[in-house]
Amino acid sequence: MTPVEVDARGLRCPLPVIRLAAAARGAAPGTVITVLATDPAARHDVPAWCRMRRHELRDVTDEVAGDGSTHQRFTVVVGEPAPVSD
Amino acid sequence: MPTQGAHLPVLTYFQRRKPYSSVASAPVSGWGYRRRVSPTSATPGPRALLDAAGTPLLPAARDTLLAALDAGWADPRRLHAEGRQARALLDRAREVVAAGLGVRPPELSFVPSGPVALRAGCEGLMHAGRRRGKRLVASAVEHSAVLTLGRHLAAASGDPSLFEEVRVDALGRVDLDALESALARPGTTAAAVQSANGEVGTRQPLAAVDERTRARGVPLLVDAMASLGREPVPTSYDVLVGDARSWGGPGGVGVLVVPERTRWRRAGPVSELEGGRTDAEPVVALALAAAEAWQQTEATRAAEHARAASLVARIRAAAAAIPDTEVVGDPRDRLPHVVTFSCLYVDGEALVTELDRRGFAVASGSACTSSTLEPSHVLAAMGVLTHGNVRVTLPLEGVAPDREADVERFLAVLPDAVATVRAQLGAAGL
Repeated sequence: MTPVEVDARGLRCPLPVIRLAAAARGAAPGTVITVLATDPAARHDVPAWCRMRRHELRDVTDEVAGDGSTHQRFTVVVGEPAPVSD
Repeated sequence: MPTQGAHLPVLTYFQRRKPYSSVASAPVSGWGYRRRVSPTSATPGPRALLDAAGTPLLPAARDTLLAALDAGWADPRRLHAEGRQARALLDRAREVVAAGLGVRPPELSFVPSGPVALRAGCEGLMHAGRRRGKRLVASAVEHSAVLTLGRHLAAASGDPSLFEEVRVDALGRVDLDALESALARPGTTAAAVQSANGEVGTRQPLAAVDERTRARGVPLLVDAMASLGREPVPTSYDVLVGDARSWGGPGGVGVLVVPERTRWRRAGPVSELEGGRTDAEPVVALALAAAEAWQQTEATRAAEHARAASLVARIRAAAAAIPDTEVVGDPRDRLPHVVTFSCLYVDGEALVTELDRRGFAVASGSACTSSTLEPSHVLAAMGVLTHGNVRVTLPLEGVAPDREADVERFLAVLPDAVATVRAQLGAAGL
């Protein structure tokens, strides 16, 4: 499975989670998705989304980009498809 | 450039017409939050106040305030007749609120606000206990006035261990084992735990907290700003803090209760005001209005509690039925009038604005609705979704007589408002 990267740097809540959800939609279970985000709320909302959608949050790290700016890197493993909620 | 001699009235005609103001627009039948056309909303129509952070005064408190402005304007420290009258009114206010809180009048000080009382309360405990240490312990969901004070104390000393935030569980309840360990660390001087959380409604286990602080000899400050007027008055504390707005009184009246048994000492210069616990002179009329509101609210508390709790149960059920919506806080052990939920893939600011456009005033803990772009520290500490957050705090029925109908209308539009905001972000179907 090809790893997927979602670059949500500069986007404000809830857009990082929406981009992540869009990338996870239809992805095979086990797919690894990496999310880069600068929004302070993503620190709380990516883990909350993983819990609500039964995906695995494997890792969260703080990173420094080449230009000296900082962001967070979330590593998410897509879980089994959830039952349709609506 | 201002013209000499010309001035505008402080309240313009436009402001007086706003629905929350009862100064010029109140109907003869009452002063409360009546359905009126708002001049500022995009959609003219009835407004529903579902945010109790600031509400109109209870009618009787408003009457008292106006009367007290005329009767209690003098300096209560003067010996002349006018001063003695102001003093008598202030004493009366103190007697009423102290009796309501179950303390003696000298143990209660009026201070400018609940948050001011929180800071003064913590600082006084820390100062009195300074030989024991300089370490403050607080739950991670305390009011920001406590958390910012603790962080400041630690930063100013260059020692992060001088402030410890004790974790809470997913419902927002303080972890008693973690509290126990925090209290056991040497140098712990004071602890702060709220009676219940005003953002998510969860009650704290105060009796168990008090048992632990007592066992360690650490004084406990209890922030009851969210619960006073809605719930029984806490009895397990060394310092108690409240704010008159929570029981339908005016802004500008915080209460700081320091029982005689408590070792508390004001940091800073000696004051002759309010038992030496503040340097801000209380406004007599505001204190009296707060006392009037207390009596009104206390007299109807049981029925108010039951009705608010049943409305909140309906809101919780209706919110939970909206797709991808998480209702947060303890479902049972909670305040009667607070309900919070977060909707996945929803912009909190957009949802508050959409609901406002439709006539509903609600609050939100989402980052985009805060000035700092940081989400609510309470939601963050609980590990729940912070975006798409809506917080409803029901005003007392005495200030919002149409409360039940307002909630019904709110529940009728809420699913569509959420769907509208979700569709704007292209998040439908995710």
